[in-house]
Amino acid sequence: MMNEQRLLTIKNLQIEGWQEEKWKPVVKGIDLHLNRGEVLGLIGESGAGKSTIGLAAMGYARKGCRISGGSINFHGKELREASERELENIRGVKIAYVAQSAAASFNPSHQLMTQFAEIPLEHGLMTQAEARQKAVNLYTRLFLPDPEGIGFRYPHQVSGGQLQRAMVAMAMACDPDIIVFDEPTTALDVTTQIEVLSAIKDVVRQSNCAAIYITHDLAVVAQLADRIMVLQNGLEVEEGDARSMLHAPKQEYTARLLAVRRVIKEARPPVEEEPLMRVEHITAAYKNGPSILHDVSFNVHRGRTVAVVGESGSGKTSVARVITGFLPQSEGMIYFDGIEMSPLLKHRDKNRLRKWQMIFQMPDVAINPRHKVKEIIGRPISFYYGLGKKQVGKRVGELLDMIELDTGYLDRYPSELSGGEKQRICIARALAASPELIICDEITSALDQLVAEEILKLLQRLQDELNMSYLFITHDLATVKAIADDVVVMYQGRVVEQGPRQTVFTPPHHEYTELLLSSVPEMDPDWLDNLLKKREQKEMNK
Amino acid sequence: MDFLLPLILKRTGFAFLTLFTISLLIFVGLEALPGDTAQAILGQGATEENLAALRKEMKLDLPVHTRYVSWLKDISHGDLGNSLSNGRPVSEMIGWRFQNTLLLAFSAAMVSIPLAIILGLVCALYQNSWLDRILSTSTLSAISFPEFFVAYILILVFVVQFEMFPSVALLKPGMGMMEIVNVLVLPCLTLTLVVLAHMMRMTRATIIGVLSSPYIEMAQLKGVRKHKIILYHALPNALGPIINVVVMDLAWLVVGVVVVEVVFVYPGLGQLLVDSVSKRDIPVVQTSGLIFACTYIFLNLTADVLSIISNPRLRHPK
Amino acid sequence: MKNMIKLLKTSPVSARFGLIVITLSLVVALLAPILAPYGQSEIVSDVWLSPSYDYPLGTDQLGRDMLTRLIYGARNSIFIAFTTTMIAFGLGAILGLIAATTGGWLDILLSRIVDIFMAFPTLILALMILSVLGTSIPVLIVVVALLDSTRVFRLARALAMDIAIMEFVDAARLRGEKTLYIVWREILPNALPALIAEFGLRFCFIFLFISSLSFLGLGIQPPTADWGSMVRENSGAMNFGILCPLYPAATIALLTVSINLVVDWFLHRSAQIRA
Repeated sequence: MMNEQRLLTIKNLQIEGWQEEKWKPVVKGIDLHLNRGEVLGLIGESGAGKSTIGLAAMGYARKGCRISGGSINFHGKELREASERELENIRGVKIAYVAQSAAASFNPSHQLMTQFAEIPLEHGLMTQAEARQKAVNLYTRLFLPDPEGIGFRYPHQVSGGQLQRAMVAMAMACDPDIIVFDEPTTALDVTTQIEVLSAIKDVVRQSNCAAIYITHDLAVVAQLADRIMVLQNGLEVEEGDARSMLHAPKQEYTARLLAVRRVIKEARPPVEEEPLMRVEHITAAYKNGPSILHDVSFNVHRGRTVAVVGESGSGKTSVARVITGFLPQSEGMIYFDGIEMSPLLKHRDKNRLRKWQMIFQMPDVAINPRHKVKEIIGRPISFYYGLGKKQVGKRVGELLDMIELDTGYLDRYPSELSGGEKQRICIARALAASPELIICDEITSALDQLVAEEILKLLQRLQDELNMSYLFITHDLATVKAIADDVVVMYQGRVVEQGPRQTVFTPPHHEYTELLLSSVPEMDPDWLDNLLKKREQKEMNK
Repeated sequence: MDFLLPLILKRTGFAFLTLFTISLLIFVGLEALPGDTAQAILGQGATEENLAALRKEMKLDLPVHTRYVSWLKDISHGDLGNSLSNGRPVSEMIGWRFQNTLLLAFSAAMVSIPLAIILGLVCALYQNSWLDRILSTSTLSAISFPEFFVAYILILVFVVQFEMFPSVALLKPGMGMMEIVNVLVLPCLTLTLVVLAHMMRMTRATIIGVLSSPYIEMAQLKGVRKHKIILYHALPNALGPIINVVVMDLAWLVVGVVVVEVVFVYPGLGQLLVDSVSKRDIPVVQTSGLIFACTYIFLNLTADVLSIISNPRLRHPK
Repeated sequence: MKNMIKLLKTSPVSARFGLIVITLSLVVALLAPILAPYGQSEIVSDVWLSPSYDYPLGTDQLGRDMLTRLIYGARNSIFIAFTTTMIAFGLGAILGLIAATTGGWLDILLSRIVDIFMAFPTLILALMILSVLGTSIPVLIVVVALLDSTRVFRLARALAMDIAIMEFVDAARLRGEKTLYIVWREILPNALPALIAEFGLRFCFIFLFISSLSFLGLGIQPPTADWGSMVRENSGAMNFGILCPLYPAATIALLTVSINLVVDWFLHRSAQIRA
């Protein structure tokens, strides 16, 4: 009995990837189905194979991948046996794709409108004028500014969030039956993410098309999906109705993914003693550029974590650059242990430099690929303390212990390590100098959520044992809740609010803080709708 | 387009600065010889009278900067001085020869450019096919060969073996079209082969780079037909870098012409330059050197400007 | 050692061919006086004789043994080109790495100077400088090395800049490491594969360049045996259908092709390793 509602049936899908001169399995047998008007969320960490499956739903495999087994049935048509021509007729018309990076996926040489109209015109589905009208229509429904004119811009002239929505519009040009969304909001700020999410939700509901929504963020998918499938290492972990899974997951892995966002650090009473670091009235600008920091002041106390939160353009990374001496301030001063820190890095004394260390966002580029682990961790020790080889070796062993890695790692190169392991090496490198303050610049943003959680736990343990202070720069409020004692909220180069975490996060607080807090997706499927209703109310009350 | 103007002017300004510096170097370098210029030119056996006469002729008794300024003034009036070896005005000797060199370079360009682009495109589209592999290996060899080797092989085949073309390119003013072509074929072929190889490799690399861009994959996911992907999505973005490569190879062509002219005794500017250098005929060396430099710099400037124009980010700023 | 053998086993035919030719050339260059049957400038018989038992490749335009001249030519051409490349590379690479790492006025000054030199066709510039200073071997080496170091400078600087923006260099700076350490221990190890490949390519270019100069009569002067000049000296033979000038031309081509094949393979492998 052929179900009229059934659009896509995937059975026992197997996909292999070309690695180290061999074909290795990436997707190991997945069953998936999609009915008309349904939204299916594909959740998993990196390497789960979710993107690969999303592409396979269109009968497509990336270069270096091949679909080696199973069946992909779209509306009665077996995609694995379809000809090139048939696939070209289905893609873009019946099944459309929204990529993760809109900036990379638009052709830089053509206007947005041209790229929108390309497929409808090619298949003779509408005239030039009709296509233009439809584009403006969709741009309006997706809340893009200047819907009449934006189509005539080039991709690089449009902002990230707007470009992402333009890509959604482009996918809807031919009223497809299925849209595959591949991490469309991952690269966006939280506040922009809200707009794009609600726009997507609206437009999908109204057109009654089905969707596969791929993401690593459970809270995001909870807002849109009717059903959720959890993936790990190319295999299904769990699949079922969205609400029931969020309330009562059947598998431990799913439960762990859910729990990640719920950790909250115990509140600690504020301290009265002299701060370890005082940042006072810092104003800074890049050479010949506009000011990026205005009158920024805050303190970091011993043994406590200060989180500097903001979105892109808030200046939070610039704060780190000023503190570390890469960007000299034009006004203001920073004091460490009561002593002035000279604005320029090269004027600072080596022995003072030892006291504050930094960990970076991307572990891949933060350690030298040509150095072994023992050199990476050992160098600060020999550089600052001038110890002999044996003593350095002993200390390196102790540090490896502290970061929960065994001595087998000593002779490995970074290319042999995972993202989480590399970040731990970075932590050990920072610890090797025995600093008093560690500046963490978005150190968990590039890691999978479960791995990030472990790193944060490690950092907290180290803080408890060594009375270490952290300056934690991040855009992710869930992280802030998990590790911060004090919070500094930044917006457009200024400190908008600061204080102990509980105080800052409890109203009454600054409008922007409220916006930031409310924009963080929660596991509740109704959260988005409620938020939008609340915001609409506020607008009407004004 | 107005946004591009300051960028273009800046590049042009730099080109002129370079030209000026080069002219300075040419002049000072040649005239400020270590030791006695006149002695070096006339050799050991020169008499005092001859040396004095030469010094007067070359104005060697005046200070360097005065001589430089008067040299520039002369050039702007079209007076390029007289050759030291035969006393004739340099401008007379150079005019016709420069024309010949341009003819040779131009015909080589006409053949190699379209071929390079087409072959590069084919190889990029059918990467790692047998055609691609054969062409890649042959071009690798071709760019490794010195031009005179290629020239001699061609002479071996077409002159000695098959007696189709002359080995010495006796070009004379007033020759008919067919005769000119007959004389031109081998030198042109030599140049073409070497330039073609380099250009083709770069075109291939550029197109492969463009084809692996995310927006090309996006076009495939939209179901755009293969030939349209190449024409509408890949080519507009590959155009800029390809034009850059082509023009820069043209600049190289202008210089590579020197060896080819010597092998075939082709009456061009390159051969004149080499001859004058051996004879220490300073005015001729200065002028031919300056002309080559001008052409080279001008072509590089054109490549730069075309590159800027073909970049959509620069054409339509935020 | 084990790694090297494994490396050789996975190499394609072309790379192996290249390595064999390169090794052979080096051996010939080093052992020239032992291998050559006659003296470098020794006139042994009539001009342009055909190959025979006594003279395996015949004789040249003055009656010297062609094989001997080729063997000594290998030694001279290769050593001169190698010395020139070492100087060009040493100068260009060191300055390029330092310019990229320190930045500031040094970088700007050096880059401008290099830009101006690179805007000028090398052959023309070389011809003119040589016409002034004469064509003795030291002058030739210094002039070509200086001119070519500009290209090495550009490449080394671009490489170093790409590496210098990576956070591990920032991390070293933050520690307070000095520039020397950063260039030597942080940047250089990462730039090495590309630099090695470039050395090979530079050698080829310089080798061809000096051969071309010699062919034009403005490079290595007789009676020193040099492949480029030998082509020139024997060019008259082509008119009689004698293939003499092709032997030295072919050896130039052979060596250059071989180096290119090996460099190509090397680059292919490093790209794979990085991927």
